[in-house]
Amino acid sequence: MRRSVSIAVLAVALVFGMGTIAVNQKNFLANAQEKPATTEVKIDNFSFGPATLTVPVGTSVTWTNRDDIPHTVVSTEGVFKSKVLDTDEKFTFTFSKAGTYPYFCSIHPKMTGKVIVQ
Amino acid sequence: MAGKAKDEILYDHNHDGIDRRGFLKCMAWAGTGALCVMSGGVLKSYSLSRLPELSAKEALGELSFVQISDSHMGFNKPANPDVAGTLKAAVDKINALSPAPEFMLHTGDISHLSKPEEFDTVDQILKGAKPKDVFYVPGEHDVLNDDGKQFLERYGKGSKGRGWYSFEKKGAHFIGLVNVMNLKAGGLGTLGHEQLEWLEDDVKHLKHSTPIVVFAHIPLWSVYPEWGWGTEDSAQALAYLKKFGSVTVLNGHIHQVMQKVEGNVTFHTACSTAFPQPQPGKADSPGPMKVPAEQLKSVLGITDVNYVQGQQALAVVDSTLA
Repeated sequence: MRRSVSIAVLAVALVFGMGTIAVNQKNFLANAQEKPATTEVKIDNFSFGPATLTVPVGTSVTWTNRDDIPHTVVSTEGVFKSKVLDTDEKFTFTFSKAGTYPYFCSIHPKMTGKVIVQ
Repeated sequence: MAGKAKDEILYDHNHDGIDRRGFLKCMAWAGTGALCVMSGGVLKSYSLSRLPELSAKEALGELSFVQISDSHMGFNKPANPDVAGTLKAAVDKINALSPAPEFMLHTGDISHLSKPEEFDTVDQILKGAKPKDVFYVPGEHDVLNDDGKQFLERYGKGSKGRGWYSFEKKGAHFIGLVNVMNLKAGGLGTLGHEQLEWLEDDVKHLKHSTPIVVFAHIPLWSVYPEWGWGTEDSAQALAYLKKFGSVTVLNGHIHQVMQKVEGNVTFHTACSTAFPQPQPGKADSPGPMKVPAEQLKSVLGITDVNYVQGQQALAVVDSTLA
């Protein structure tokens, strides 16, 4: 009985150890290949969070609607426009040029935000 | 005030035109809609849940019709997992009316996501209502993804522009307006220049004594701009209606009853048949208000709520001094 417990503890330790290695490898690979960073904007309580997001050129920004009500993500200047996002649906846009990109929810236009790309 | 106001505001702490009692009452009406009776150019509205108490004499106005709003077919979140069931309940209430109302107004957000099957379901349920004519205006949920094309094809036959129109019923002039299209960042509901021009022309020939009923989704008065509960250019529309002795404005969108009288204009918002929304500023957002499952029935009017104790309130009564 005692032996089987020890084995279980060892197994858990191994799993954790491997997990750490896997994460480290992933970070290493990401840095090595200079993949563009992905940044999240969450839609909660009829607002974009963060309302202002500053990212480097080439960043993909993903918006996730966490409200019970559908929202959209629409560039004020017509640069990007999501389909209507129901609960938990996402929209991603990659910013390849520097600039300031104001946007809003076309269903609830009081909801506004901007992405500053540097 | 024409008619007895049986449902006065008792405590208006926030100067927003509603008190807690009125709010609970509104919640109890979700799924019920309102009956409007026009008598002598004065429009009164009654909660459908209390209609059995409404005498046939009171109901026998010169013209009676029903407003329903915000059915949000397709919504399936905890605030109401059965919006079809509550819309059916509203239809049952309508069918119990005697005399039967002549027609219905639907003030938008018929669907939740503008899906064809959502509109189909509402059409099917409303076919069960005794009044066969339904006049629609779109809510923002009805014009998603296609700029309102589907809505116009289904409900906008014979309408102008993006779906606005007017019609006459027994001497009253009804105007359906669209204020959910082309919304601008940071702004409120919008009627737009083209629609305003049409409105000015539409009412130009009418006698000042003609009762006017305007219906649109987003309130045409400033209920709570912080949550987008208002219409940017509604003042211009109301200016064209100033000459009339009786103007009634019926809106939805905010999922609660509110009313306001300004000169000859009575503003009224209806409850949703789907889910309640919070009082202005009383929550982090205007999102659906969840009530415990065991309370849902009571807020949908299936069992009585005590809000009428000590009162013989039938409903909010809108009465103008026209």
